[in-house]
This record gives sequence, C-alpha cells and structure tokens, in this order.
Amino acid sequence: MHPFKYVRATSVDEAIAALAKHGERARPLAGGTDALIMARAGRWELDALVDIKHIPETNILELGSSEFRLGAAVPCYRVYEDEQISAVFPGLVDSASIIGGIQIQSRAGLGGNLCNASPSGDGICSLIVHNTTCVIAGPGGTREVAVEDFCTGPGRSVIGDGEFLVEMKMPTPQKGFGAAYQRFTPRNEMDIAVAGVASSVQLDGDTIVSARVALSAVGPTPILSSAGDQLAGKEATAENISAAAQTASGDASPITDMRGTAEQRTHLVGVLARRTLERAVERARENN
Amino acid sequence: MTTETTRGKYNVIGTRPIRHDGFDKVTGRAIYGADIKLPGLLQGAVLRSPHAHARIKSIDTSDAKAVTGVHAVITSADFPGAQDALVDLGEGAVNFRYASNNMMAGDKVLYKGQPVAAVAAVDKNTALEAAALIKIDYELLTPVTDLMEALKPGAPIVLDDLEGQDLGEKIDGPTNQANHIRHEFGDIDRGFAEADLVIEREFTTSMVHQGYIEPHNATASWDEEGRVTIWTSTQGSFPTRRQVAGILQLSDSSVKVIPLEIGGGFGGKIPTYLEPVAAILSRESGRPVKLLMERSSVFEATGPTPGSWMTAKVGVKNDGTITAADTDIRFEAGAYPGSPVGAAMMCVFSCYDIPNTRIDGYDVVVNRPKTAAYRAPGTTQAAFAFETVIDEICQELGMDPIEFRLKNAAKEGTRRADGPIHPLIGNVETLEAAKASDHWNTPLEKSGPNGVLRGRGIASGYWFNIGLKSAVTIAVNEDGTVALTEGSTDIGGSRASIAMMAAEVLGIPVEDVRPHVADTEGIGYTDVTGGSRTTYATGYASHDAAQDVVSQLRERAATLWDVDVDEIEFASGNYQSKSDPELRLTHKELSSKLGSTGGPVVGSASVDPEGAGGAFSTQIADVEIDPETGKTDVIRYTIVQDVGTAIHPSYVEGQMQGAVVQGIGWALNEEYFMNDDGAMVNTSFLDYRMPTTYDLPEIETIIVEVPNPGHPFGVRGVGEVPIVPPVATIANAIHDALGVRLRQSPMNPGRIMSALEDKG
Amino acid sequence: MVEKVRVRATLNGEPVDFLVAPYVSLLDTLRDELGLTGTKEGCNDGNCGACTVNLDGRVVDSCCVLGAEIDGSTVETIEGMAEPGQLHPLQQSFLEEAALQCGICTPGFLMSAKALLDKEPHPSEERIRFWLAGNLCRCTGYDKIVKAVQKVAK
Ligand SMILES: Cc1cc2nc3c(=O)[nH]c(=O)nc-3n(C[C@H](O)[C@H](O)[C@H](O)COP(=O)(O)OP(=O)(O)OC[C@H]3O[C@@H](n4cnc5c(N)ncnc54)[C@H](O)[C@@H]3O)c2cc1C
Ligand code: FES
Ligand code: FES
Repeated sequence: MHPFKYVRATSVDEAIAALAKHGERARPLAGGTDALIMARAGRWELDALVDIKHIPETNILELGSSEFRLGAAVPCYRVYEDEQISAVFPGLVDSASIIGGIQIQSRAGLGGNLCNASPSGDGICSLIVHNTTCVIAGPGGTREVAVEDFCTGPGRSVIGDGEFLVEMKMPTPQKGFGAAYQRFTPRNEMDIAVAGVASSVQLDGDTIVSARVALSAVGPTPILSSAGDQLAGKEATAENISAAAQTASGDASPITDMRGTAEQRTHLVGVLARRTLERAVERARENN
Repeated sequence: MTTETTRGKYNVIGTRPIRHDGFDKVTGRAIYGADIKLPGLLQGAVLRSPHAHARIKSIDTSDAKAVTGVHAVITSADFPGAQDALVDLGEGAVNFRYASNNMMAGDKVLYKGQPVAAVAAVDKNTALEAAALIKIDYELLTPVTDLMEALKPGAPIVLDDLEGQDLGEKIDGPTNQANHIRHEFGDIDRGFAEADLVIEREFTTSMVHQGYIEPHNATASWDEEGRVTIWTSTQGSFPTRRQVAGILQLSDSSVKVIPLEIGGGFGGKIPTYLEPVAAILSRESGRPVKLLMERSSVFEATGPTPGSWMTAKVGVKNDGTITAADTDIRFEAGAYPGSPVGAAMMCVFSCYDIPNTRIDGYDVVVNRPKTAAYRAPGTTQAAFAFETVIDEICQELGMDPIEFRLKNAAKEGTRRADGPIHPLIGNVETLEAAKASDHWNTPLEKSGPNGVLRGRGIASGYWFNIGLKSAVTIAVNEDGTVALTEGSTDIGGSRASIAMMAAEVLGIPVEDVRPHVADTEGIGYTDVTGGSRTTYATGYASHDAAQDVVSQLRERAATLWDVDVDEIEFASGNYQSKSDPELRLTHKELSSKLGSTGGPVVGSASVDPEGAGGAFSTQIADVEIDPETGKTDVIRYTIVQDVGTAIHPSYVEGQMQGAVVQGIGWALNEEYFMNDDGAMVNTSFLDYRMPTTYDLPEIETIIVEVPNPGHPFGVRGVGEVPIVPPVATIANAIHDALGVRLRQSPMNPGRIMSALEDKG
Repeated sequence: MVEKVRVRATLNGEPVDFLVAPYVSLLDTLRDELGLTGTKEGCNDGNCGACTVNLDGRVVDSCCVLGAEIDGSTVETIEGMAEPGQLHPLQQSFLEEAALQCGICTPGFLMSAKALLDKEPHPSEERIRFWLAGNLCRCTGYDKIVKAVQKVAK
C-alpha cells in the first residue's frame, strides 16, 4: 500500500483545501468501509485520505416537515435507529440495514455508498426513488446535483478534484407515499447484490400519481428505469405492477460475472421490481 | 438434541467439562501463530504470480533490495533445490521437490498466486512496497484449469516432467494425467445384467476451500549454528518439521517447530507454505522473520479440495437389492499430483454391501493451487454422486430411502469395495437412529408462504479414520495433579478430551490434569491433528501413559507399605492392599509421598494403533426454495453419527455441526469461480460466500455410540465423516422440493433457476 | 516516509498516547503498536468480524478503521471484557456451552454479542443470528455460539 497521510478536516473549507492540495491523489474518507479496502488492495495510490466525518455539516440528520437532510458522513445505524426517521423512511431503512453487517453499519453511510458509485451499492437506488438532491462543496463553491445524475460509471461520479459530498436532501414523504428496496443475494446478509430494485409510489386513493423504479447491479451505474413513468396515472393493480416490472426488466443491461449471469439478473429485476412495487404500494396505503 | 452418552459407564468420559485452554481463548490471551513477538523481528511479504501459467524468463530484485529498511530478498535460487522424495503426512503425501516449487516457483509458475519471490523488511508495508518493485519477465502460457480439458489430447501441459500412470503403466510423453487407478470386485457386467433397474448419471463439483478463519502464518529464526526454529499455526509440528527439513535439506533434528494456537485447519494446515520461506529470509537477513498470508492468497495459493467430474452407475433388483455399482471419479489435483482420489475410492460404496463393483479414479494436474486435505478428503464429492443416484433409485422403486439403505447396509464382515473387511461398525445403528428421529417422523409441509416450495432429503456417508503415531507423557505433581504433555496441536478442544481419558484412568477429576501441547523437542513424534485421529490415537497414548503412571504408583505404594507390588490393587483412583484393607491411599495421598518413595513419577506411552474404527453418518435436511429466485434456505437439519464413544459430547456435537455447515456452504454457494485467464476471481470472504449464522437453522445432533473395539475407550474419529453426506443430502432435498435433480455443485440460485427452466 | 501521527484515546478504560503511521489500520495498531493481540485478523477486509472491537459504543471491524482515526475516542477490546478474576457472563457461557473450537473467531463474537446484549438484553434467536452475521466462524456451525448467547440473554 502506498503510504498516505491522514487529514482530519473539521470544516468544509478545511476539507476542500486538503482535497484540492493533493488533487487526484487525495480522497475523502467517510466510514472507510470502501475507501480503506481500496487503498489496501492497491486499487488507488493515494497521498492523503481526508476524513470528512468530523465536519458538522456532514453529520446533519434532520427530519423537517418538507425536507429530510442526511449528512454525507452519517453512518447507517443512525438512520435506522432513529424511530422517527425509520417510521417515515422505511424504504431508506431497507437499504441502510442491509449494507454489510452490524460492524459495517456502525461506520458505513449512505453518503459513502453513493460516492463509492458501485453499480451494486444498496443505498443509491433508494436515494434515487426518494428524489434526492446531492449537495457538493468544492473550490468553486457549492452545487446541487440530482442523485440519478451522480454516478457516471463504475466507481466514478460527478465529484471533481477538491470536491466532496456534504449532504443529501430529499422531500419528506407525504400522505400516500411509499417506498421499498430489495436485493437478491445468495446469503441472507453480508453479500453483494446480484440485482436490486428500489421502488417508490405516490398514491392518490388507488391511483399512482407518480412512481420511481431504480435498478442496481444491472448496469455500469444504478439505473433509473422508465417503469416509474409508465405507472404514472395508472391504478395500483397487480396487472399494472406486473407490466411495469416487465419494463424494469427490459431496462436492465447486466453483465455475467461471478455474482450471476446476465440472464439471471434480468429475470431477478422483474421479480424484485414487482415485489418492491407491491411493498411500496402497501406502505403507501399504510401511510394514508 | 443433546443426549447424555456412554450411559454411566465412566466417571469422566461422557461429561462436559470446561476445556483447559478455554480461559485464555475467551479473554484474548491465547497466543496464535500471528501473535508471536520476538526481539529484532522482521516482517515479510511474498510476491506472487499474477498469471496462472507462465515461464519465468528473468527476475530482477535489485530495486527491491535497494529500499531502505529491506533486509533480504529471495527467490527460488536461494532454495537448496529439494530432491524427489515422497513423504506421507498422514492425510496425503508430499513430494519435496514439488513442495519446494509450490512455495517458491522455479522456472515456471503453475497457478495464479504461486510465490515467486519474498522480502523481509522492518515493517509489513515496507516489505510489501519493496516486493512490488521486483521485476519479473514472464512468458505467458495457456492455462488449463478444467480437468476434463486437461485430459484431452493437445491440452496445455502443466508439469513438463510429469510421468503419468494409467492402471500401473507409464504413459508415454507429456500428460496431465498423474494417475489412473482401479478397484474391481466381483463381476461387474453380470451384476448389471442381473439388475431390473440401472441408473447412470454424471456429476461435477467445483473446487472449494476449507475456509478456516485464521490465515497461514510462520515465523522463523535461523541461528549461527544452522539450526532453525519455527513458530507457526499447524496441524502437526512434527510433519511441519519433516517438510521444512526436507525442503531446506536439513536434518530433522536441526529444525525445531514450536506450535502456537491454531485458528482452524480442516486439513489445510498440514502442508507448509510459509515456513521454509520465512526460514530462508531469516538465514539471509540474520534476523527472525514473520510471514502472514493475506486472505486472497489463502484462497489462491493454499490447498483447497478438488473439483471433480464423476459418473455413478447403480443396478438394483426390483426388491431393492443392489447388484452392481460402477463409478468413475476424476479429481483436480491442482498444479502438482496428489488429489485425494484414493480416499474417495475407499469410501464411495462403503455404506453398502455390493457384490459387484468397479471404481476408477483419476488424478489430474491443472493450473490451480495444489489441493490439500479437507475433512474426509474427496469423499463428499463421491457421496454427492453416489447418494444422489441412490435417491433416484429409491424414488424409481418407490422405496423408503432408509429402508433401502438398511436392506443394503454394510455390516461387520462386509467387504469394502477396495478390499478391507469392515470390523464392528455402526452403520445400521446410525440408520435406525435416523429412522427413529423426530425430524424423520415430522411431516414436512411441501409449500409455504409466498409460493416457497419445501423438500426433504437424506443421505449417508462413510469415512475410514486413521491411527498413526502419537506420544504422551504424564508427570505426577506432589499435590496429586498431573501435567500431561502431548504433541497433537489442539484445533477444537482436543486437549480436554485427551486429558479426560487420562483422568478416567487415573481416577481423578479432569481439572486435575493440566494438558500441554509441546514443541518438537518436548515430546516424542506425533502425527498430524487430522484424519480424525487425535482423540483416537493421542487419546490411546494418553490412556497408555496413564496406565504407566498407575503401574508406577502401584510400585510406590508397594514400597511404602513394604509389600509385593502384586499385592497392590488399583480401582477408581484408590491404591490398596489386597490383604490389608487398612492400607489404602487415594491418588492424591500417594502423590504426596513421591519424594520419599523414589522421586518423581512420569508415565509415558507412544502408540501407532491399527484399530481406527470407521465412522458412519446419516443426515436429513429440509430446504425451502423461492422458485422465482432460486434462493434456497436450509430450514431444518439433523445429523446422526456413530462416534464410537463420545469423550466430550459437546465437542463431538461441535465437530458434527461444524462439518455440516461447511457441507451446506459447499452444496449451495461455495466455489472457486475461475475466469478465462485461469484466475480465481472470488478471492474474498465476501464473494466466496461461506454461510453466516443468519443463513442457518439449529443443527440437531444425534450421537450413536457403537464403541470401537480397536480403542480402550471405544473412540472412533468424529471430525470427518460428518462432512461426507451434506452435499448429497441437500441435492436430494432440492429434488424433493422442485422435482429436478441438480448434478452440479454448488447448487446456487442461478443453477436452480436454469434447472427449473429446463424442466419447463 | 509519511510521518507518524500522535493519537490520544481511551483503551479498555485507560488513557493511551502513542504514535502510529497514518495508513496503519486500527487492527494492526492494537496488535503491533499497543501489544493487544486478542483482536484477530481473518480477512483484513471487513468480512469476518474476527477483528471486532467496540469504538465509542459501537462494534466495528478494526481492520476497516485507521489507528489514526481513534484520536479522542474510546476503544474496548476483548482484553477489557472480563473484570479482574471474573469472566463476563458471555465468556463464561461460551466456555460452558463449548461455543468455541479453534477460538480464533471467539474474541470477535464476544465483542459483538456483548454489544447486542448491552443494547437489547433479551433478543430472539432470529435477532441474535442477524446481529452476529458479520462474524464468521468456520468450526462450530454457529449452533453453540447462538445457544451460548441465548443462555445469557434469558
Ligand atoms: C464487509 C463489507 C460488506 C459490505 N456490504 C455492502 C452491502 O451489502 N451493500 C453495499 O452497498 N455496500 C457494501 N459494502 C461497501 C460499503 O460498506 C458501502 O458502500 C458503504 O456504504 C460505504 O460507506 P463509507 O462511509 O464506509 O464510505 P467510504 O469508504 O468512506 O467511502 C467510499 C467512497 O466514497 C468516497 N467518499 C466518501 N465520502 C465522500 C464524500 N463525502 N464526498 C465524496 N466522496 C466521498 C471515498 O473516497 C470512497 O471512494 C460492504 C463493505 C464491506 C467491507
Ligand atoms: S479481519 Fe477485520 S473483518 Fe476480517
Ligand atoms: S471456533 Fe474456529 S472459527 Fe470459530
């Protein structure tokens, strides 16, 4: 492993300065459950890791009536152990509670999961179906990016040199909203998705006002499927959900690797899309 | 289910005392191989081949040597060049020349991860960074990792100098077929002609790893006298000494192996990988050197158990009598010959009494790591094939699978297909216990919530167990406690069982026995902890050493009372005079008089017993499958096993449960996933997917005790047979759930989905 | 050479003040710099839990944390689990139930199980199995580990 420095930033500006100083040879460090493994495996050659979890802004966890703010360094357990948040965001909890095991969840966060930009990241699709906006700080100031535009390829994102993710903002679910995430793994825990699907719906009575379906591990980045748009304005019936699941399956463009074959993954997307849409509708109805 | 065993026959045996080494292990004080610290200790790193098959044209270590903090850089040129010599290590033999190349490649690398150079430096990271500066010029060769491909004419040749054998004849020219052997008995053609039903099927299994949690480690110090001291986690300090000495061309006595606590082995820590490398680094640097293996290298470059290609053919009469069985078992040896195909051939038919048999076995070299023993080596694969065909036969005949097995069961006097006659065995008793089990008698609801399908499977297995050499000494302290010294490294509580047998003989509480695992200069030669032999053979030695103590103590009592030694009777820990009931001393009282009756008493024994008793297990699994995803959950599992005598029932159950869970992983998910370049790609625990506790139900155990007449307490080995049936058991359960047969392991969700699709 | 950094923390109730290279994991820091080898390495990539320690009240894989990161934190390891002369009930239960064979996974399981019972004194079997999924054991098949935890949880 190339020897790197550890820089603990305590403000946004300090982090930007430290990141900018080393350019490509510096990386932000949140929970470290990806970053340290990558550095150790020699996938990166770094001069510095900049610890961003001692910055007040990255630790924000604030549930407002219209907006939920989730700091980039907030570990998974803080999301699902907060009763209020888990009541309002069961879909997000689906993700936060399956990343690694308990030890990993003590450190790993949805922010790190997003920035890692792995196609199989279990948090990203949930962020997508919750219409999340990413707040990115950098030498040029602060900018906002829709989460579905965040990942640009396996391990690549819109984050430039000197930049880092500060927080994620998403609308607080209102009456009739429901979301769910499910992945398929051969083991029940401690496994990486062969395929995963997050779905959300906004219901008005039995009508789906809007919906989002996002797919993981079936393309170079998480995919926002057209299945959601297809459901808009339709009744939340089994037939419509099945048809949307079919569409989601068609939107997948997976590869064959050690975790599964392309064929298996395409099939799984269909199954998981149906199951998560059903679950989202169920939750939406409970939330009325 | 916890059954109290041995039915009150013994005082200590059959109880469940706290193990002596337990306190250190629950407090973090126990010193495992990686924990050793020495003055001046350097840290090493091994550079490994990125290619599965390549010729090494040149190695340039100059940049690495120039790094500040680097004390030694070595390659195969620094090895003495061990000669061909085959040495039996108890569970598998090793050829020193091949072993030497395996731990440091010569002119050719044969699998990805094979060591090509090593560095010793002031710290781990300096060593790693320096190793990365070593420049190696490789000429790439086409790898062959599939055993059936390797057998085809024109396949890439793995070992240029391999002299292949076929049924005792030397194969002309280059080959990857190291060996082909056959056992035949009866008249196979007539046997099949007599059958009313014949079923023949083909099977494949993937290479899998033992998956012990502690990676390999070794620390070595080469002193000015040319003596080498090794600290390591090994399944056998003496076999390690033999290997290190053989590879370094030293006498055995100039190598001292100090075994530290060991974090699992299952057969995989019998071969050495790092010890000779650390020794040479120490020789070159003049300092002690520690090497710790990375998890990815444990997968890539230590010995897994072979993947296989097999056929199994069985003929039966309509009444369920097996008339003939024929099997062809082909194993990946890895880069060097020596797969456990021979063991598989010994076991494959051995639960049954079959009049006409033929068993073919092939040992095939491929560009994969050299295989090593893994619990009942080779036998899980063979049982997968044979027990699956048996299940199909039962289904075709409409016969209950336990009744079928009972009808054809091997018993005392049955000839094993490879020749030996079964002595007293507990096959029938095990089947009867399975038949009477709560699990077997509780009907299974075949479908569950959300469309899941359920099925139940059953399968049996056999393992022969081994004896081999062990030594034990027992020194009596004046307070009546005894210090027991043994040479078997303790992987799973064996100190306690060995101590219990001594306590039983001496008539003292087990807490009064302090067991200690000595280094190679502290006890007589002892073979590996493996082959299910430790409790059997070292226990045998413990029994005999304790008997020796008893006979010496009888002499002391005779001296004390000034009577003839024949006058002294020993029973339940008491020494007493036959004629004068007043003359009676407990073990403790007599021990306090050692100083005045001639000094210390030390009992000793060394054994090489012949009577290792074979072991049988029958297992029952219930699975639940999501037919939309192929996800399989084991929802209930019962293992029934004849253990001879359960010395410490908790650790016997632990062996049974641990092996079953390894078998469940093997059946469902574990595999070496190879890419086209011949590299294993899933080299982390994340992607190798061993079961976690959240994947499993309770593992119910039923201990059957048919004492082994070849052991003073009736012990049979227990550690290996429990891994024989699980893969077949689960395959049969999957069939029961889905109506499709999977004949390829792992039976992972992808394969289950394809099988369902094929079924339509 | 990258300079070592100074770290001040509380380790098993005692203040510690040491220098460590910034790229060294907490696992190696504990084992090599601080002499506490009870915390074990099984994989060095977060997948086995043998290196589990408690960091500021949460169990973490110490191989996935830098030694430098614990500055200002409180760390507990297996060495701090027993009171002098008195095992923790989980340690006692692991011994009585034979919940260890080789024992390499044991410190990690004990740290994880203790964190669970400190938080939820009466977890179900399902909950115990879920919580312990980040700890691999290859010897026991987990059965006796789960029972040992259940015994204390009752
Ligand atoms: C054993 C194990 C199991 C795992 N299981 C899962 C799983 O089931 N599902 C899953 O999705 N993942 C899994 N992971 C991967 C990992 O835990 C998750 O991706 C986690 O969410 C990453 O979060 P972190 O806070 O640890 O990120 P870090 O490791 O700190 O960072 C991840 C990446 O993002 C960058 N980064 C971090 N913070 C920022 C920021 N604020 N701005 C810009 N860039 C930033 C880092 O430089 C790095 O490239 C697993 C990892 C391990 C070791
Ligand atoms: S060593 Fe840290 S999780 Fe395995
Ligand atoms: S006891 Fe050996 S890994 Fe758990």
